[in-house]
Amino acid sequence: MNFELFTLPFNLGLYFILIYSVVRITIWFRDLSRSDKLRLQRGFFGRPFMDSLREIFMESLLHRKIFRKNPVLGYMHMSLAFGWFLLIVFGTFEADFFGEKHLNPPSHAIFFRWFNPEHGAEGFARIYSIWMDLLLAFILSGLLLAIIKRFTPRLMGMKKTTKHTWTDRIALISLWLIFPSRLLAESFTCGAHGSGSFLTGNLGNALASFLPVADIAPWFWWLYSLSLGVFFFLLPISRYFHIPVELFLIFMRNSGITTGDRHSSYTEVQTHACSSCGICISTCQMSYAAGIHDIQSAYFIKGLRNDRDIAAITANCLMCGRCEEVCPVGIELGPMRLIERRQGERSDRTLKLKEKYSLMRRRSTIEKRPTQSYSYLVREEPEKADVLFFAGCMTHLTPAVIAAMKKIMDSAGVIYRFMDENGGVCCGRPLMLAGRDREARELINHNSDIIWKSGAQILVTSCPICYKVFRESYYLEARVMHHSEFINLLIEEGSLRLGYLHKKVAYHDPCELGRGSGIYEEPRAVISYVAELQSSAQEANMSLCCGGSLGNLTLSSGKRAMIAADAVRTLTLCSPDELITACPLCKKTFVQVTKTKISDIAELVAAAIPAPKREIAKRRTAKRYSGAISNS
Amino acid sequence: MKTMSAHIVVAGGGVAGMEAAGTLAGMGYRVTMIEKDDAPGGHLLQWHALFPDRRPADEVISHFRKHTEHPNLRIITGTTVEKVRNHGSGVLVSLSGGAEEQADAVIVATGFELFDAHRKEEYGYGIYDNVITSADLEAMFNRGLVAKADGSVPSRIGLVHCVGSRDEKVNNNHCSKVCCVTAVKQAIEIRKMLPSCEVFCFYMDMRMYGPYYEELYRESQEYHNVNFIRGKVSEASVNINNRLVIKVEDTLAGRPLKMELDIIVLMVGMEMAGAGMRLAEASGMKRGINRFLESTDHHYGNNLSGLRGVFYAGTCTAPMNITDTISHARAAVTETVKYLNSR
Repeated sequence: MNFELFTLPFNLGLYFILIYSVVRITIWFRDLSRSDKLRLQRGFFGRPFMDSLREIFMESLLHRKIFRKNPVLGYMHMSLAFGWFLLIVFGTFEADFFGEKHLNPPSHAIFFRWFNPEHGAEGFARIYSIWMDLLLAFILSGLLLAIIKRFTPRLMGMKKTTKHTWTDRIALISLWLIFPSRLLAESFTCGAHGSGSFLTGNLGNALASFLPVADIAPWFWWLYSLSLGVFFFLLPISRYFHIPVELFLIFMRNSGITTGDRHSSYTEVQTHACSSCGICISTCQMSYAAGIHDIQSAYFIKGLRNDRDIAAITANCLMCGRCEEVCPVGIELGPMRLIERRQGERSDRTLKLKEKYSLMRRRSTIEKRPTQSYSYLVREEPEKADVLFFAGCMTHLTPAVIAAMKKIMDSAGVIYRFMDENGGVCCGRPLMLAGRDREARELINHNSDIIWKSGAQILVTSCPICYKVFRESYYLEARVMHHSEFINLLIEEGSLRLGYLHKKVAYHDPCELGRGSGIYEEPRAVISYVAELQSSAQEANMSLCCGGSLGNLTLSSGKRAMIAADAVRTLTLCSPDELITACPLCKKTFVQVTKTKISDIAELVAAAIPAPKREIAKRRTAKRYSGAISNS
Repeated sequence: MKTMSAHIVVAGGGVAGMEAAGTLAGMGYRVTMIEKDDAPGGHLLQWHALFPDRRPADEVISHFRKHTEHPNLRIITGTTVEKVRNHGSGVLVSLSGGAEEQADAVIVATGFELFDAHRKEEYGYGIYDNVITSADLEAMFNRGLVAKADGSVPSRIGLVHCVGSRDEKVNNNHCSKVCCVTAVKQAIEIRKMLPSCEVFCFYMDMRMYGPYYEELYRESQEYHNVNFIRGKVSEASVNINNRLVIKVEDTLAGRPLKMELDIIVLMVGMEMAGAGMRLAEASGMKRGINRFLESTDHHYGNNLSGLRGVFYAGTCTAPMNITDTISHARAAVTETVKYLNSR
């Protein structure tokens, strides 16, 4: 078997990308923290390795998650990834089995038909050829869908698809060319030799009837090899680098590595594992409800990858976490954005081609921001209490919620102290969302001091924003409860007696309580106890952001209103009597855009507390009195 | 005199609608005025006295009643205009209930709605008994009694400016123009009615844009001891004595302030009326970012809708006081007549 010049682009590309990937992954491994290195080493010899193999098969090849969300899109990804994988595997077998010798170089499997033009005439080889044609047809069907998706995303159930850089575009074109050029190259060769199966054979015969196929064939083998070679060379600087990197990411994640709060090898790996598939764009309310199409996670990651100034993109996000729920690669998009917010500004520059291939971690200089101090806060000496109620500053803007909580706790006989009745200090979460951890820490220390000194066993808060930060960033002895959990506890232990309201209600999961803290069941249990709970279109982990999010630092009120109006429309599709939420900020945001009554879960429960007997008597008298007026 | 028999529909029977309808009828046109409530009069009916001279609102109402009593003017009450569209050479007007009117021209005068103070929950409207709106206070003036919910006499009242106006959080960036001077007027009225009651106004800016407004503002301080504190109220709550407490920053003194009050009056701003929004939506009329109807030109086309034969009058285009509303309605009449004559 002779060496063929046309295999050169493919061979160069292949060895380049293999060596490049190995070196790059080795450097990433080297840069990991000691504990993360240990995790990986332990993972390699344990369960995580097997889990990763399974996940790589299910997600990287079959694309099960995308399949579940959108079968057509799933088929597209699966046919390209799994189909190509099978083609390589069976191509290798084919070369090994039917070729002249065993253990061939990869190019002999890839260009098998060129080297064995007569192959597949009879017997098992004939059946094998049918199978190989079938695989090629499978991939080509996916490619057809990919082309349709690129030009008309709506046909594929996508609201938007990602806009690409020029390297991505060239890589995309070379990827698109690989399979049609293989089809044509094989067909021309088969046509010249009268071989081939249902696809390559028939197409070959047809072409042979009017073209000098033997002369044309080499050109298409060149095209096939070139498109493969170009694709491999562009891989590290295009989005398709996600193909090798994702495998490493899956293994890292399964070994227990998490994003943490600063840039690391892991954030670098996540950055390169994004395939820019655009599912996050379709899921983003900022896109489909507010018409902002350039800040979604795919663009955020792309800006990060290319070291652009993405401060505006970083700040303009609701931090609702919906994209993270649907990301097929499982990138921790929320924490990634927070890291970037902590970094402050980065200088904008366009990476040179050389820098794009650079193996070393690149981070442009980051400008330091001035910091604030809260040294003026006065230390407090709180009274002792078992239950501490912290309304939070947002709840102070919804006094009806505070009144309802007071009524509930009084009715259940809870002895509590109202920590911020006369104004308190912010929980720190808004500062953290803005990336100002150092300042947030000062507030956290201040509040922690009060909570510890009070000796409270339970800290109840009415605000999911405070709840999340109390649970995750405070070191407390007290059990932190959102009021929906606390009310549920009061109902379960029998200290809160409630009537039944004959009302149909829908429930909106606040981002920070639901996706943020995983509290889905308790609010539903409480609501179902006092009213009829309808299910709504976007629930639980896919619940919508109200639009009022503190997480967004730049969104205009008009755009927020658009998001809020769209969310309320979805939530009230079953026309409930009331829309219930469990967050003062959601309530305040929704009230601006709808006539439907918006209540906090505490207000709903407070309304279900039976009136004392004396008051019932009073109300009856009033009724009789008003009846007398209407009769006269 | 063919054009004089033209038929004009006026959508809305508030100040702008009454002014336009009465004037057109007086000129000999056949006019139909559509009013959503049981009687024309609009928001004026709820007001006790008007700024800047505290003239009784009844005087102005009776003027308009006379102005709209004309054989050429037909008033349909309890009805709204749902849609207008060009039909033949005129305008087809669809009314609620399914009836239709064929008109030669239409004047849209659907007016404004007061901001719903429940949306600013931090001020406690609907939660605390003694938090009321400026409209509720006018009703108290009409009854001749300013009192707390339990009937007792208040000793300190706070007027909160800019409730639902100039407020990003409720999606209203616009100034409602009339609330500042209304607050000054109401503060004086309270002081006259209850000389021992302290009155505080919490404002961002005092926008005394009209004739004699600035004088009234001065009078309120010189002769009536009304206190003005520059700062936006952040929230209201009640203390153990069941007295209202507000938190506000005194931005002139540069310090946060907490104050006990017996009654809080929320100076609610103006928003585009719901009926007007429906009409605009159905008829394809352009609305601005503040949701009010947008005319074809701010300066010389301020009554023009862009639809043939359809004109705008009054506060459906922007907040304005009664004087400006009347002027705007007269300008709409001029535009309408000009249009009818040119056909």
